[in-house]
Amino acid sequence: MIEAIPIQLVIMLVGLAATMAFVGLNAIVLVYLERKVAGFIHRRPGPYEVGPHGILQPFADGLKLVGKQIFTPKGADSFLYWLAPMISMAPAVVCFLVIPFGPHLQIINTNVGLVLILAFTGVNVLALCIAGWTSQNKYSLLGAARGVSQSVAYEIPLLLSVLPIIFLTGTFNLFDIATNQGSWPWQWFVVTQPLAFIIFFICALAETNRAPFDLPEAESELTAGFHTEYSGMGFALFFLSEYAYMVIAACVGAILFLGGFKGPIVDGWWWFLAKVYILLLIMIWIRWTFPRVRFDQLLNICWKWLIPLAILNLLITLLVIAL
Amino acid sequence: MNLDLRLDTSGDFYAQKFQPTKREDTLILNMGPQHPSTHGVLRIILEIDGEYIVRAQPVLGYIHRMHEKMAEVMSYPQYLPNPARTDYLHALAWGWAHVGAVERLMGLEVPERAEFIRVITCELNRINSHLLWWGAYLLDLGAFTPIMYAFDDREIIMDIMQRVTGSRLTYCYYRFGGVSGDIDDRFVSETREQCARMKERFKMYKALVTENFILRKRVEEIGEISVDTCRRYGATGPVLRGSGQEYDVRRAEPYSVYDRFDFNIPAYNDCDAMGRYLVRMDEMQESIKIIEQALDALPEGDFIHPKAPKRAKPPAGDVYFAVEGARGKIGMHLVSDGGKSAYRLKLRAPGFSNLSLFGEVSQGTLISDAVSILGSLDLVIPEIDR
Amino acid sequence: MIAKSIRENLQGMWSLLVGMKVTGKNFVQPNITVHYPRQTVASLEGYRGHVELVPHDKDPTKSKCIACSNCVRICPNSCITMKAVKPKKKAEDKEAAGDQSEGKKKAPAKKAKPELQSFILDYNYCSLCGQCAELCPTGALRFSSNVYLAGFTRQEFVIDLLARLQRQAQTKGAPNG
Repeated sequence: MIEAIPIQLVIMLVGLAATMAFVGLNAIVLVYLERKVAGFIHRRPGPYEVGPHGILQPFADGLKLVGKQIFTPKGADSFLYWLAPMISMAPAVVCFLVIPFGPHLQIINTNVGLVLILAFTGVNVLALCIAGWTSQNKYSLLGAARGVSQSVAYEIPLLLSVLPIIFLTGTFNLFDIATNQGSWPWQWFVVTQPLAFIIFFICALAETNRAPFDLPEAESELTAGFHTEYSGMGFALFFLSEYAYMVIAACVGAILFLGGFKGPIVDGWWWFLAKVYILLLIMIWIRWTFPRVRFDQLLNICWKWLIPLAILNLLITLLVIAL
Repeated sequence: MNLDLRLDTSGDFYAQKFQPTKREDTLILNMGPQHPSTHGVLRIILEIDGEYIVRAQPVLGYIHRMHEKMAEVMSYPQYLPNPARTDYLHALAWGWAHVGAVERLMGLEVPERAEFIRVITCELNRINSHLLWWGAYLLDLGAFTPIMYAFDDREIIMDIMQRVTGSRLTYCYYRFGGVSGDIDDRFVSETREQCARMKERFKMYKALVTENFILRKRVEEIGEISVDTCRRYGATGPVLRGSGQEYDVRRAEPYSVYDRFDFNIPAYNDCDAMGRYLVRMDEMQESIKIIEQALDALPEGDFIHPKAPKRAKPPAGDVYFAVEGARGKIGMHLVSDGGKSAYRLKLRAPGFSNLSLFGEVSQGTLISDAVSILGSLDLVIPEIDR
Repeated sequence: MIAKSIRENLQGMWSLLVGMKVTGKNFVQPNITVHYPRQTVASLEGYRGHVELVPHDKDPTKSKCIACSNCVRICPNSCITMKAVKPKKKAEDKEAAGDQSEGKKKAPAKKAKPELQSFILDYNYCSLCGQCAELCPTGALRFSSNVYLAGFTRQEFVIDLLARLQRQAQTKGAPNG
């Protein structure tokens, strides 16, 4: 009993380090991917100069951001101001602890995995709010106001779209949810719950502030929204956390609806990563295609369409289960 | 922290002179002069209630270069490159207004071929201007990709234009009595090719943008400008036509050889940003129609009047010449005392009138809508400030 | 009413898919941009660089310029400064001047052709209107086509075109017509 605790602690620490590395690695890959995909959609090469085909570009970007002056605007509360990016980044790392990457590749197998992720991703709103409020900039303030109401509104349909899966599997354990699905695509929940998947995906876009729902940082309206004033690593942390939350959203989507690490022939992390990256690619593809929605439209979509649809979907699922 | 941002007495002259309404729950926001969606150095002081605009006031003059005064100092030919610098997107129309005014005052005849060349190049330039507006407007609305596709087409037109005019953006091609260089067969064939290509591209633009659900929601029923408002502020061009008034200088007071071509004047009765958007999209297609007709009927002859004076010196008198630019009616009122430079040259910039109605139209709209309205007015700030 | 709204929204969703199809199609098509340092733009025909002096038919180190200073007068931005002396009279420092003194001196020495000493173009202020080249009675000015002209200081763009012409003639070697 006494010996068991340190081992768990060691596993957790190693896991934490590993997830941090994973987050960093993912961010690097995603930055490169985003820019390359944007480039190809625009019929241009994208980053090309740093390293062969520009693969070292994310490192150059990172180095540049590290080298920038750390600047606190006049009149800003510097403690809260610098706390915000950390609050934004820290929960993202925790979320990865409970994600089952493969049949034997999970750091903590807990019964409340999904709840933990939903709870910790909610903390991001706080970071956004603090960042916008303490920046002493009107654009940041408007961005924060947008961000908070957007995130709060979209939590509801997100939860409602996840619930049918919970009822179908009867567990919050992500590992169990994944193993509840079969190896072949038609055995995944995306087939039985297509509406829930679509709602989940739209909500995930909104929660991660991705285009076309990138209102808190709407460039053409609020210059850069809540992180207007941040420079150097402050900005980089917000940037990193945005990508981390994207990956988390894609991971959860892959586990809940696409069978997680289950796949044809041999189960494993490779299937999981492939699914996650397909979802991420679609997110990037969407960003470089559509204009931005307006703020009241965004809330209209949520309250008038997504929530009623999600509730309807939930009721139908319950009815089918009860029968 | 001083959170009562309303009582902030700092700021420059305009910020202090801006008179907000007597409400106490509003915020003063300076949009610009360095703001991504004001395209250049336009500054708008906004009084906002949450995200709703209570009062808006544009502040001008950040790129005022005294183009009117320069006309009084420089001789007529020396002023030739200047109009292109007022509205760099539709440089040729401005150049045309200038040479047209001088030609009218001098009674100088322009050879027919030169008129046709002017029509073709000016319409190509108009397409370029609208394409850039299209991309930049979509950029305002948050779509990044269309501007890249627009530039793809723009570059080809610029390549074509560069061969004959020597420049890519700020053309100085028109001369008193003609143009500075002739066009050749390669120009004709390349232009024809590009016209055919553009027709295909418009289909793609329509599928990608015009019919896009999100875009429609962002521009339909946004920024409704009635014909009456346009009239009060003197708005012209696509803004007026987007309000349903079929007014086009090319048809209303035909200059050059425009009365020989068969083209429609697109107008939409919705009065909203979508109406203005569609007017411009249709106008590009009409321009292509004009170009194709002009290429078919291109006469042989001189590209510049053989007796065109190198140093124009119009007689005393005053003259007004208006052309249809991409943004509306470009007018030049030239007063001459018979000297080698103008006594007074008044430039009528359509963008100035179009911007003026922004304060009225944007009242009560969201910031996002204000960006959409601002974009739909198609402002070029150097033209407004002159 | 609700049915209409749903239909509209479904059509809207379809339009989004159509948009994604357009960008997806562009994604798989080849690049259209030019990778600048490795490739260069092909169509530079008609490009207007700064003006340059046209070499004389017989002597490539000499310009066709007759120092009439028409270009100096027409230039909207006064970019051009010209220095010319008359060969028969011995060069007097004060006499080697611009257009005005040039005009005055023309009357006594009609036969003497002024010889160009220097032709300085301040490219910083040039607006490339091309009127100097058009107005030149001997066709001594034309546009160069060096797109890749770049420099670190303003002074680098104040170019003595005559010296440039002579330099070009020397590097080309033997004079040709």
